[in-house]
Amino acid sequence: MSLQVDDLTLYYQTLHGDVKALEGATFSVADGEIMGLAGESGCGKSTLANGLILLKPPMRFVHGSVRLDDEELPVWDTDRMDAFRFRRISIVPQYAMNALNPTRKIGKMTVELLRSRKVDVRSTLPELERRLDLVGLSHEVLGMYPIELSGGMKQRMVMVLSTLLDPSLLMADEITSALDVSTQKAVARMLVEFRDRRFVKSLMVITHDLSILNQIADSILIMYAGRLAEKGSTDRIINAPRHPYTRLLIASLPKVGVRHRQTRLTGIPGSPPFLLHPPVGCRFRERCPAALPECGEEPPFVEIEKGHYVACWRESGTDAEA
Amino acid sequence: MSKYFRRKLFIYVLTFFLAVTIDWLIPRFMPGNPIQVLIARANLKAESAKVVYSYYMRAFGLDVPIWNQYANFWNALFHGDFGTSLWLFPQPVIKIILRAVPYDILLLLPAILLSWFAGNKFGAFAARSKWLDNTVSPLGYVLTATPYMWLGMLLAWTFGIVLRVLPFSGAYSYALMPTLSWIFIWSLLEHWILPFVSLFMVMFGGWAIGMRNMIIYELEADYSHYLETLGAPRRLIRRYAFRNALLPQITGLALQLGVIVAGALVTEIVFSYPGIGYLILQAIQNHDYFLLQGCFLFVIIGVLLANLAIDVTYVLVDPRTRTGMQGER
Amino acid sequence: MTQQKKRREFAYFALRNNKLRIGVAIVFLFMVLALVGPWLTHYKPREFVAPGAQHPSSQFWMGTTSLGEDVFTQFVYGLRATFIVGLLGGGLGTLIGILIGFVAGYRGGMVDELLNMFTNIVLVIPSLVVLLIIAAYLEVRGFLFESLFIGFFAWPWAARAIRAQTFSLRSREFVDLARLSGMKPLRTIVTEIAPNMMSYLLLVFILQFGGAILTAATLDFIGLGPTNAVSLGLMMNNAVIWGALILGMWWWFIPPGLAITAIVGALYVTNVGLDEVFNPKLREM
Repeated sequence: MSLQVDDLTLYYQTLHGDVKALEGATFSVADGEIMGLAGESGCGKSTLANGLILLKPPMRFVHGSVRLDDEELPVWDTDRMDAFRFRRISIVPQYAMNALNPTRKIGKMTVELLRSRKVDVRSTLPELERRLDLVGLSHEVLGMYPIELSGGMKQRMVMVLSTLLDPSLLMADEITSALDVSTQKAVARMLVEFRDRRFVKSLMVITHDLSILNQIADSILIMYAGRLAEKGSTDRIINAPRHPYTRLLIASLPKVGVRHRQTRLTGIPGSPPFLLHPPVGCRFRERCPAALPECGEEPPFVEIEKGHYVACWRESGTDAEA
Repeated sequence: MSKYFRRKLFIYVLTFFLAVTIDWLIPRFMPGNPIQVLIARANLKAESAKVVYSYYMRAFGLDVPIWNQYANFWNALFHGDFGTSLWLFPQPVIKIILRAVPYDILLLLPAILLSWFAGNKFGAFAARSKWLDNTVSPLGYVLTATPYMWLGMLLAWTFGIVLRVLPFSGAYSYALMPTLSWIFIWSLLEHWILPFVSLFMVMFGGWAIGMRNMIIYELEADYSHYLETLGAPRRLIRRYAFRNALLPQITGLALQLGVIVAGALVTEIVFSYPGIGYLILQAIQNHDYFLLQGCFLFVIIGVLLANLAIDVTYVLVDPRTRTGMQGER
Repeated sequence: MTQQKKRREFAYFALRNNKLRIGVAIVFLFMVLALVGPWLTHYKPREFVAPGAQHPSSQFWMGTTSLGEDVFTQFVYGLRATFIVGLLGGGLGTLIGILIGFVAGYRGGMVDELLNMFTNIVLVIPSLVVLLIIAAYLEVRGFLFESLFIGFFAWPWAARAIRAQTFSLRSREFVDLARLSGMKPLRTIVTEIAPNMMSYLLLVFILQFGGAILTAATLDFIGLGPTNAVSLGLMMNNAVIWGALILGMWWWFIPPGLAITAIVGALYVTNVGLDEVFNPKLREM
């Protein structure tokens, strides 16, 4: 098992109290698995990604454990985490377009970064060049400043850089949202290729765009309001979703090629609860078309068939529908 | 890049043109007859007043049509003719000014450069932790809020009067003649310290505060964040942030030049340091308007040259301007 | 976040921010002194009240000048002048900066190009030297004149900063929306852009306020300030002319400079404090 997350709970400290951005997240990502992580903005998917790699105030670690390749990941200790960052766990951030220092040549910055991480530069550079070839960047970009690259080129550069040390887990955070459709596809294919070539052992692709996940993900994890709603193989999630939220989400999926804003999905009436004082019980209850009296209690995240988990009383109860 | 420079040069040429025009306009279009005012202020006897009046009329060239006057003004300018001083009659203005310029360079260049470097280092240091920021930054705020002349007065009084360790008037001892001797150089240095320190300290505070604010923004920038997620050591991230924060500080230097000039001016007055600032005061007090005009033009030229030097530096250090992109300045 | 909630959050941070508290307190203190000071003294600023060069005493709280004037009286009247010039000059500078910055940033294109060039020119010319020349030719000068001229030359950096802000706001969605719905440019600026910049404009004004005070002090020190009143800069000018340094009359030149430093420094600190309140990123360091 590449990544094993148990009961991870992360809050944001604010003036008005803790925002319960992520509660009781329990899931795993297998070796070689590309797991999609989807949900509306503010559902906690970016919190999860940041919490795994760079947990710093105002984000606060409450409890839980994270294991990477059967080793404890000290996410709460930012100094000890440095040993894992880049080498074992890495991220292609949402802001990939601005992620490179604007006043350093890209090659120079890379070398300085590698040196600072005590990586042997001489033996790494040929691999860097091979990977640039792979993503279709000429070696000349190493002698250029970020401003000389297009947005797409910068993003590919960041992808190459983030995965240069063959991390076990790569998280790709909303990396397709700023791109046009054809580039989106190319970037998505590149992620698969990185996995196939074992540059990364496993991948977490965070997005609000289910159609991308449909193309590349092996499994999909759906989140709602800081909690896990459903996880299963891509096929099961897309074709036979069990959680009412997932169903509505799939039903509201835009037609192929149509982009939509990263706002509330219009297909589902109502809006997610504020996570400062989240409601007790199932957080989707307010908007759920099929709410039961039991929903006043927190539904457990249970496996209803092999590899398919759902947090819904309708599914875990004895009278589950097929 | 050449487009960047062409634009800059165009602005500077235009500025110079405008400044000269203002310089020409002011005495002509101020309320009342400036020459009458000049003579009234000079408290001359009736017959000498007449002589001075006709001298002024001829000197300003007021007896020819207005456009002619303007053309003559430019013509004289290009021949280095700034008129004749009244205060040090009959020395030409240009000679008096050229005598003062070395003192300005001696005072300003080291003060500006050293305070810029030291202030930036110090500001970056202050931004290291909340604790340092709270203890060290207030010093920067106090310094940058201090009026130049007041700090000058405090220093002159403390070191010149109370402690009696440093001279605080003139550029060298009145007992000496300018020669290339160690005694003279020592005297020059002694007299230079206090005005230098007072200029240095006020500017230092400004740069420190500026850097402190800039670097905090840079440390929050996306590229800093990305390096953090890659586990880069704090040292590398700080180094990048410092370098990037220096760029707006270079621009800041250009923006601050006007204030710096004003500061140098009053500092020279406090210490009777014989630079252009001191000349301006003498010109005002002695109603020597040719000298005043000349000083004004020299200050403009100095500021324009400094701006040009800053632009060149900026292009050298910011890759974004070099790679053909429009630099933000 | 709703507008009201946001406002409450600002208020909370504003009350808790030490920089803001200290800065505002100092400025307020001096403002009160400037307002009530003239009632605390029964002298006039230019009145001969005692033999010259007296040390501070219970009768003359800050001593007397070489000319036998009461320093405290001059000080409180001078404070008034400082605040008036700061508010008027700083206010005018901000106003012009807002006008030019908004228009340049919002219209863009040729208008921006021209205004930008104009701004750069005024920026390069050392304003104080121009003020010097103009002031040197004028026989009678008042506070209003001084404030106006300071304002007329202080706006360029404000205009540049506001232009850059407007530029970035202009491309945001809500402004697009306003434009698409056929709102006139001026209306868009007033109703959509300005409210989002209010905090920023306040910061600009505070810096202009402090800058105007310093410029006025410099002008007054050279002897080109208002001809009909006292000011803190003029006090320092007199002190130097009448040899307060050599005579060791520290009570004459220390109070005015100290007051200016305290007020301007407090304004700067207030500015940083407010910046931290408005900009959540700066709250944690």
